[in-house]
Amino acid sequence: MSTELAIKTEQLSRVYRMKKREARAGAREIIALAAVDLEIPRGELFGLLGPNGAGKTTLIKILTTLLAPTGGHAWVAGVDVAQNPWEVRRHINMVSGGESSGYGLLTVEENLWMFAQFYGIDGKTARRRIQELLEIVGLADRAKTKIYHLSTGMRQKMNFVRGFLTDPGILFLDEPTLGLDVQTSRTLRAFIKDWVSKRPDKTVLLTTHYMYEADELCNRVAIINDGCILACDTPGNLKRRLRREVIYRLRVTAIVDPENLFQPLRGIQRFSHAKVDGQTELHFILKDENALAPILMAIQHSQGELISLEKRDPTLEDVFISLVGRGLVEDEGSAGSTEGEPG
Amino acid sequence: MSPPTRWEMFWRTVIGRAYPRIIGAQRERSWLFFETLLPLLQVSAFVFIYRAIQAPPEFTGFVVLGGAMTAYWLNVLWSMAAQFYWEKETGNLELYIIAPTSLMAILLGMAVGGIVFSTVRAAAVITVGLLIFRVDIAIVSVPQLLGVFLLTLVALYGLGMLFSSLFLLYGRQAWHLSELLQEPVYLVSGFYFPVRALGFVAALGASVIPITMGLDAMRQLLFPTMMAQFHFLDVRIELGVLAVLSVAFLWLAKRVLRYVEDLSRREGRLTVRGQ
Repeated sequence: MSTELAIKTEQLSRVYRMKKREARAGAREIIALAAVDLEIPRGELFGLLGPNGAGKTTLIKILTTLLAPTGGHAWVAGVDVAQNPWEVRRHINMVSGGESSGYGLLTVEENLWMFAQFYGIDGKTARRRIQELLEIVGLADRAKTKIYHLSTGMRQKMNFVRGFLTDPGILFLDEPTLGLDVQTSRTLRAFIKDWVSKRPDKTVLLTTHYMYEADELCNRVAIINDGCILACDTPGNLKRRLRREVIYRLRVTAIVDPENLFQPLRGIQRFSHAKVDGQTELHFILKDENALAPILMAIQHSQGELISLEKRDPTLEDVFISLVGRGLVEDEGSAGSTEGEPG
Repeated sequence: MSPPTRWEMFWRTVIGRAYPRIIGAQRERSWLFFETLLPLLQVSAFVFIYRAIQAPPEFTGFVVLGGAMTAYWLNVLWSMAAQFYWEKETGNLELYIIAPTSLMAILLGMAVGGIVFSTVRAAAVITVGLLIFRVDIAIVSVPQLLGVFLLTLVALYGLGMLFSSLFLLYGRQAWHLSELLQEPVYLVSGFYFPVRALGFVAALGASVIPITMGLDAMRQLLFPTMMAQFHFLDVRIELGVLAVLSVAFLWLAKRVLRYVEDLSRREGRLTVRGQ
């Protein structure tokens, strides 16, 4: 493997075999990753975008040596993760969203110092780095606070510091802003951008199901669904795939059974819908402008009321919808919504 | 800055992981009540039974010593063996595993922290017990006593490390192992009576738990007159067995830990929570 590649996978697969008593008939295997090929050069901030259960975390677990692949190969920093996990660990660190690591009775500073010891960082260097990084993420005034007194956002800031403290060559960020408020997420995204821009030799693999996060941060993005990579390119190039299509976002009063309503209509390439604040949000990728009028008429016939209509440039979410045929759940408000695809 | 050597990383890890246990004990003072006074109640019950049946006064010493050593046994069961289960639930385990350090160093750090914490508890039980129940001791040999005590701890915590690797794989199921071992070992290891009372074969079987011979040898070295008629094996033999158990458990723990870590990685159990 070329040393310029920070991460490489070849036909990487992971299949979970269920015990007989846990499995339904004919469903004794769950394919979490199916023959994934990836090449991530050193110095890239690479995004892995996909819904929950797409295989993002499985891929990260394999690359961080927490899980063995059942097929194919993966190399991190030129080292085979299955053959030599101990060597891989010298080059990596990881931060996960919703992480609750550390010990509540220790302060922020003490917890970070403890984790630094596991990387053999001497006390003086560790304390200097901790101080610097806490300043950057705005947690310096909490350095002496026991971590059970921290809010979720503060705790995640501490986790970020833990991940960056060891100055890893390759950093894995698994849904790092999951469940955080807007301000904290923004601070952490700015931190990631700044860290990477100042260290061109470092590589970051970020998994997220927040489209704007991938769009804002990543040099390249791979879209993953059901364990398969569906597309891999720069956000700009991915969005250019949809330059011929027309994209609309509509907000309407709640509609019953959108699939049946829109399925018979012509000119709709893809659509997704989600319930947001008691209303229905619809995303359409249309062949051309002519397809809009029948949609509006269908809404009217279903007693729905149009609240807003927006024609917009393609986003990564539209790319995702065009590839997968359904949208990503973007926030708690849309959790549990159903997505559909016209024939 | 040159990268740390394996040796440096190992010892930094030991110190790093011991730190929360030592500092945590200082920050949560409630343990003084739960870990010192409550065990003394159990010790007291046995003392009063022995007094009621007019057993020789040395038996009070046997009980106080056994009561003090329960601190280590409980620490090994619940804070060594079961610890990886907790670490998995809180998300610390995956951070331990992806770190370039050795899991043995993490376990050793836990052991060192646990020994420091439990020694304070054990010392408190012994001191209060000796003062309240006025136990007379006649130490035969301080170096031998220290040797037995240290070897008992090394073997005991080596056993704890071995158990902890099982928790990597089995999680909550291994919990029952700890529950299963706690009370029966009080009995078969002779925490509150000389183990020879069980008979030679039973005592020999119980000797796989290092505290069995450790307690017997320490009692011989603290209460030589009474133990002359109740001792299980000669102190030197017990020292030798404890040394063998120490090496065997540490070696086994290292091998089993590596094997179980690989197996857990293959089966995807390292990060499964609520197991």
